[in-house]
Amino acid sequence: MSGKRSIFLTSALCFGFAFLYVPILLVIIYSFNEGKLVTVWAGFSTKWYVELFQDDGMIDAAWNSLRIGVMSATLALAIGTPAGLVMSRFGRFKTRTMFSGMIAAPLVMPDVITGLSLLLLFVTMEQLIGWPEGRGMTTIVIAHTTFCAAYVAVVVQSRLAGMDSSIEEAAMDLGAKPTKIFFLITLPMILPALMAGWLLSFTLSLDDLVISSFVAGPGSTTLPMKVFSSVRLGVSPEINALATLIIVAISILIIIASILVMRSERQRSRQAQDSVDVSI
Amino acid sequence: MSEIKPTLKQRFDRWMIRHGRVLVIGLPYLWLFLFFLVPFLIVLKISFATAEYAQPPYSALFQWVDEGVNVAINFGNYLFLLSDSLYITAYLNSIRIAAISTVITLLIGYPMAYGIARAKGSTRNLLLMLVILPFWTSFLIRVYAWIGILDREGLINAALMGMHIISEPLIMRQTEFAVYIGIVYTYLPFMILPLYSTLEKMDGSLLEAALDLGCKPWKAFLKITLPLSMPGVLAGSLLVFIPAVGEFVIPELLGGPNTLMIGRTLWNEFFSNRDWPIASSVAIAMLIFLVVPIMYFQHIQGKTEEAGK
Repeated sequence: MSGKRSIFLTSALCFGFAFLYVPILLVIIYSFNEGKLVTVWAGFSTKWYVELFQDDGMIDAAWNSLRIGVMSATLALAIGTPAGLVMSRFGRFKTRTMFSGMIAAPLVMPDVITGLSLLLLFVTMEQLIGWPEGRGMTTIVIAHTTFCAAYVAVVVQSRLAGMDSSIEEAAMDLGAKPTKIFFLITLPMILPALMAGWLLSFTLSLDDLVISSFVAGPGSTTLPMKVFSSVRLGVSPEINALATLIIVAISILIIIASILVMRSERQRSRQAQDSVDVSI
Repeated sequence: MSEIKPTLKQRFDRWMIRHGRVLVIGLPYLWLFLFFLVPFLIVLKISFATAEYAQPPYSALFQWVDEGVNVAINFGNYLFLLSDSLYITAYLNSIRIAAISTVITLLIGYPMAYGIARAKGSTRNLLLMLVILPFWTSFLIRVYAWIGILDREGLINAALMGMHIISEPLIMRQTEFAVYIGIVYTYLPFMILPLYSTLEKMDGSLLEAALDLGCKPWKAFLKITLPLSMPGVLAGSLLVFIPAVGEFVIPELLGGPNTLMIGRTLWNEFFSNRDWPIASSVAIAMLIFLVVPIMYFQHIQGKTEEAGK
């Protein structure tokens, strides 16, 4: 009985993971294909990687994307962290429902709506106060920060929700100032969440096509915009090479980050254990 | 010296204790209000404007003239949406495609999430990692991967024709079928993760008791596991359904010219026709439909957060 069930579950997992990974593996394999055709294997070659690195438009777009990603992720952390803190530690306040709505809605809002609405905001603001002057990197960073902040808030909030607030309360009872409590107790506890939030924001920003297309200006073409315009014309081996590089880079980043998080968790639990031992 | 003057630092501390709370709430509040909520009001306003050859390409709603404010509200955009079958078709298509894809994603994702939740410690972490990894890698690239597979000269056709199973290439890309594959493929992790987190927390003893008392496994599943995992099912389904309704990239790259979806229509109105007011009214029409699921999603988010405490 349970044997039948486990066979079913195992085959579902195998099928599911094959579905998730085979397409990505095919892209990686065909990035080393000598020929231009997707289906015909013409021998191993790294020439598409060479071609990719000689494509100045692609390199410029990649730099733009990286700069936007770092700026948006950092700003999103600055805005999303207090938002997550408010959601999990501040109890009820007058317009809490609206606040939580503004954090939940960006997670599911279709990109075309977010993109259009932000563009219209920027145009209106320029008419009214003369800023932002035209559209470009600044407007993209603002747009990305907004939806990334919502993700950071959710990550920070769920981390805080799973954590005991008794240490913070004890410190408060002993008369520590709120800022001190935040920097000495709360911040170290949520550090893994902050790292995850930053990384998530960075990759989301790096990946966004639709919102960027709406709020971009001349000279601020991002990597996804460049990829999209070339993919529209069909499969190209150069894009396969680029995709492989992105997949490898992100996988390495994620693996390093999760090892760091695991290590800090272990250290924290060990420290907690030590302090318990000492007190006994 | 009867009174000690507070130093600057003390004054700052006092000020922080009094106003710190407002400050911490204020920063994210202000940002999200300005860059998330206000834009919708502007979209609403411009959906009542008239397209013009100007910079920006729409008419002003309010004009200051001698005798006061001249208000020019134009309902034409909405009437146009209702009168042209193209928009209604796109609207209904989007909802149908998003709904069917959500069901398929649920059918594939549920057993996977269940399998992961039942796996032992380290295997479970590895499997979870394998679900999360594609979610981090580029969305655009994952859609792109399917072009090479489904294309007329793509890998499936090459393989089938190589094995002489078919003599003519199958048309798979530029069909609705390809759009379903694209949506299911890219949104699958969004379905698995919330399902997993409810299934993982589930108390196994209920199921054991039911089985011990002679309940058939499938019946135990329907009566116990499924109802208990309902929050995960709902959260996952909304995380797939809502963005899928407005999806642009997938129908554009994998769908054919006949695969009308509302997100694509909005994009074309904006970028090809440069008709900002019509694009705005399409956005508002989409929002009106999505407001209920979005609010429901927020409600579920709030509930899981309360439960986590």
